Amino acid sequence: MATIEVNGLRKRYGAAVALDGMTFTVRPGHVTGFVGPNGAGKSTTLRTIIGLDRPDAGTAIIGGRRYAELAHPMRHCGALLDPHALHPARSGRNHLLWLAASQGLPARRADEVLGLTGLADAGRRAAGGYSLGMRQRLGVAAALLGDPPVLLLDEPFNGLDPAGIVWMRGLLRDLAAEGRSVLVSSHLMSELQDMAGHVVVAGHGRVIADAGVDDLIGEYASLEAAYLELTAGVGGIR
Amino acid sequence: MILRAEWLKLCTVRGWMAGLAAVPLIMVALGVLFASGSTMSCMDGTREVDCPAPPADSSGRSVQDRLTFVNRELDGDGSITAKVGGLDGTITYPPPNHDEIVRGVVPWAKAGLMIKDGTGPGADYAAVMLTGTHGVRMQSAFTRDKAGPPLREAWLRLTRHGDEITGYVSDNGADYQKIDSVRLDGLPATARIGLFVTSPSGYTVDERAEGGHAVSARWTQATAEFSRISPGGAWTDSLVGYSDYRTTWEQTHPPGYTESGGVITVAGSGEIGPDSENGLAIERTLTGAFAALLPLLVVAALCGSAEFRHGMIRTTLAAIPRPLRLSAAKAAVIGAAALVTGLVAVAVTMPVTVGMLRSHAVVVLAAPWPTVLRVAIGTAVLLSLAALFAYGLASLLRRAVPAIVITTVLVLAPPILAATSVLPATAGVWLLRLTPGAAFAIQQSLPSYPQASRPQTVLDGYYPLSPWAGLGVLALYALAALTAATWRLHRDMTPSSQPAASSERGATSERGASSERGNPSERAASSEGGVRPRGSLRQDSA
Repeated sequence: MATIEVNGLRKRYGAAVALDGMTFTVRPGHVTGFVGPNGAGKSTTLRTIIGLDRPDAGTAIIGGRRYAELAHPMRHCGALLDPHALHPARSGRNHLLWLAASQGLPARRADEVLGLTGLADAGRRAAGGYSLGMRQRLGVAAALLGDPPVLLLDEPFNGLDPAGIVWMRGLLRDLAAEGRSVLVSSHLMSELQDMAGHVVVAGHGRVIADAGVDDLIGEYASLEAAYLELTAGVGGIR
Repeated sequence: MILRAEWLKLCTVRGWMAGLAAVPLIMVALGVLFASGSTMSCMDGTREVDCPAPPADSSGRSVQDRLTFVNRELDGDGSITAKVGGLDGTITYPPPNHDEIVRGVVPWAKAGLMIKDGTGPGADYAAVMLTGTHGVRMQSAFTRDKAGPPLREAWLRLTRHGDEITGYVSDNGADYQKIDSVRLDGLPATARIGLFVTSPSGYTVDERAEGGHAVSARWTQATAEFSRISPGGAWTDSLVGYSDYRTTWEQTHPPGYTESGGVITVAGSGEIGPDSENGLAIERTLTGAFAALLPLLVVAALCGSAEFRHGMIRTTLAAIPRPLRLSAAKAAVIGAAALVTGLVAVAVTMPVTVGMLRSHAVVVLAAPWPTVLRVAIGTAVLLSLAALFAYGLASLLRRAVPAIVITTVLVLAPPILAATSVLPATAGVWLLRLTPGAAFAIQQSLPSYPQASRPQTVLDGYYPLSPWAGLGVLALYALAALTAATWRLHRDMTPSSQPAASSERGATSERGASSERGNPSERAASSEGGVRPRGSLRQDSA
């Protein structure tokens, strides 16, 4: 089963340090939460993993290979980084169709993931009219298009209604249970506490803590308490 | 696969497809509008008649072929030699006062020896001749012209050996020098050979103070004396290409020949060469390409800039993490879509418009089929390259509106400015050499020839560059824009030039764009108000 290995990532933007030796491994079989204050380097790490940012040093490896080396990357790693990164005039289904074509996937995959994410009816409407919650669902659909063993999701709960949150929690848990490596960045500790088996806490561009959720709860009573304790005094990089 | 993905991207945005569909619709509509408003009539003496179609040469080109040809049969190989001189003539009502008929010859008045495939207008020929001011020439096939020595009087000789016709000149009747040798493929064993005289219209060009020029033409006639004709013999007098109408001057000085004391004097009036004035050039049916370019440029620019709105490029690069192949595929899809759109537009517009013009008795000048094909396909290629230029520029600037404005100005304005006399002619010439607008040369079906009498400047619709060279200029602009855009995308994927972007939703590409837009304005602010510019880091990470 494929893992995500983030090893010694460093990145500077001018004088500001975004990543300062970020190192962790995401293993299959459970959801790994990725938490930390704003500016801790979470999104930069996720972007670096899928090749949208190049690190100054270090590597990010998915199932043994760099993302940019993969011929059909979305079959190896599905990512939801920005639910708004789509053309508003294109329908959700057409958005998935061109992505499917780019990965050599059949068109029926688009309809399958639309059904899986509850967008079967909305799929033919222009995506510009979607609510944030629907865009999150479409982003998840795109991430699942290639049936990848690795999933990266940045703030997937944003904009979801309560039913959507329950749905998303169940979906992510099921995907992990199928043996996938699932990395979820989020500020919602209560959601992660129920769903994640492991948590990586980032601050100042590096890992502050990397532990099982049960261990942290045992030590600090709740994930939220653990987070606040661990990140006390850690501000954003601005 | 990447191609298919990019193709799906293009055809799943309804506005873009509508824009592409507008291209052939506009071109056909404007072609039909032009055709339905066109009329043409000619005067036959004092009677208004439908204009006759000009004769065509063996390649299918409309030609002017009017001359007095004093000829006889030549069976098989042979030659003719004569002393030619006394070139003189008449010019009717020339400037400055346009009030009298004067004696004189126009620069391209012609008198000499000719071999011709019969005496019908448009028939193949080769000829050696004296001219008004251009010395001795050998001309053939309506377009070929070779200069000989600048003599006012000369012994000329024309020989046939198989399909090969050779012209000679001598200034003393003893030592002959070869001018040129041409092949007349398909010249039958029996051809006509003899003496000819003709004289094209006299042209003057008046520069107008407000720009542009006015061309005026006047009827002329030339006469010349032929002596020591060898071999001599019985002559037939043929007026090739003349109508029955005679000018007032011709009523007392008719075209033809007189013989006295071994000297034959021939009088004639007309032009031998490609016809550019007795009908519409085929490309006039495709003038709608100018307007049809507008929606195409808009769609192409939007295809480029759309990637950089809403962070779309991140979705694209996550699916296709190869900037070079991505750029190439996108350009191929946009170029191909524009090419097909252009081909459809041309394939409908040209036959429909030509048919309508002919049904209105408007003469459309015939061009050889490779020329018509070049104009048709070249117009579609022009649309395609212009679309690539707009797409490349929009991808480079990452914004559609400036790209649309710049490409529209660079592609459409130069030919319009040059042809409508807004600019001085030399400025127009340089614009049509250096700007992408040079590409419209691909539509010019009538090449310019130095031996033609009519003015052939940019104001008369003649482009300074050859058709393919003009198209090449646009291709270079498109290539430069595409290369720069690809380079910028590639560069933004590398760390060193990446400006600060540490906010959680910072985008690779948008950061690059915003910092480049931001810095110059900050510099301006600092120089005006003395405010110390904020560091780019602070600005970008804010």
